[in-house]
Amino acid sequence: MNYLYAAYAATWIIHIAYLGLLARRYARLRQEIEELKKK
Amino acid sequence: MKYLFTIFAVLTAVLLSYGLYQALVVAPTEQTMGEVQRIFYYHVPSAWAAFCLFFVNLVASIWYMVRRNRKADALALAAAEVGVVFCTIVLVTGPLWARPVWGIWWTWDLRLTLTLVLWLIYVAYLILRKFSTSGQTPVIAAVLAIFGALDVPLVYFSIWFFRTQHPQPVVGGGGSIDPRMLHAFFINLIAFSCFGALVCWSRYRFEMAHRDVEDRQALESIMEAGASR
Repeated sequence: MNYLYAAYAATWIIHIAYLGLLARRYARLRQEIEELKKK
Repeated sequence: MKYLFTIFAVLTAVLLSYGLYQALVVAPTEQTMGEVQRIFYYHVPSAWAAFCLFFVNLVASIWYMVRRNRKADALALAAAEVGVVFCTIVLVTGPLWARPVWGIWWTWDLRLTLTLVLWLIYVAYLILRKFSTSGQTPVIAAVLAIFGALDVPLVYFSIWFFRTQHPQPVVGGGGSIDPRMLHAFFINLIAFSCFGALVCWSRYRFEMAHRDVEDRQALESIMEAGASR
């Protein structure tokens, strides 16, 4: 049973970690766009 | 386009929730392996999503080689990156399923080894994309992707043509399966495919926006250099 929960948890941890990484990249890009707009 | 993305995201979230419910609650417990067999409902759809994304990467790479289209290059990168995420899940959930069933975490079986090689090929592809500063990087990456994709059919057919530790396919392989298990499997297959497509779409949009910003920054720096002379 523990292996089952570990597998399901690992799946979502990996997905959430990747989505978090994407969100961070988006935030950085948005900051760069704002800086370009100021110029 | 934004509404379409939101609708697709909501639909995917509903499908993933329904798939989780089907996998953990509705699908019956397998007699030989017990509860741990339910890993199947995440392991196989993740592998399917990874294969589909690597196929998208292959098509986009060929498209880039033929047309030198920057959208194709961005799509190839997005599909490879999301494909690696799904392939990582396959390589993590596989040993978690193997340990209680086979008694070992890993064996250098043909399918397992080829899946690891597939993952390494696409990780190498992403490292190349990240760190190479050559103007020829998209071309080199496209060539690597085209050769790398040859490993996908090898992974898929390895259990058909060779004697391996990995079980033979139950779905589409002549085995019998409880209809409730089949239903849970297909719901998760559709849900993971939609999720893969959604994340790839989002990553593609990011890549295009990122390239636009980079082009703009390069233009600004050229203009600044010109003005200072």
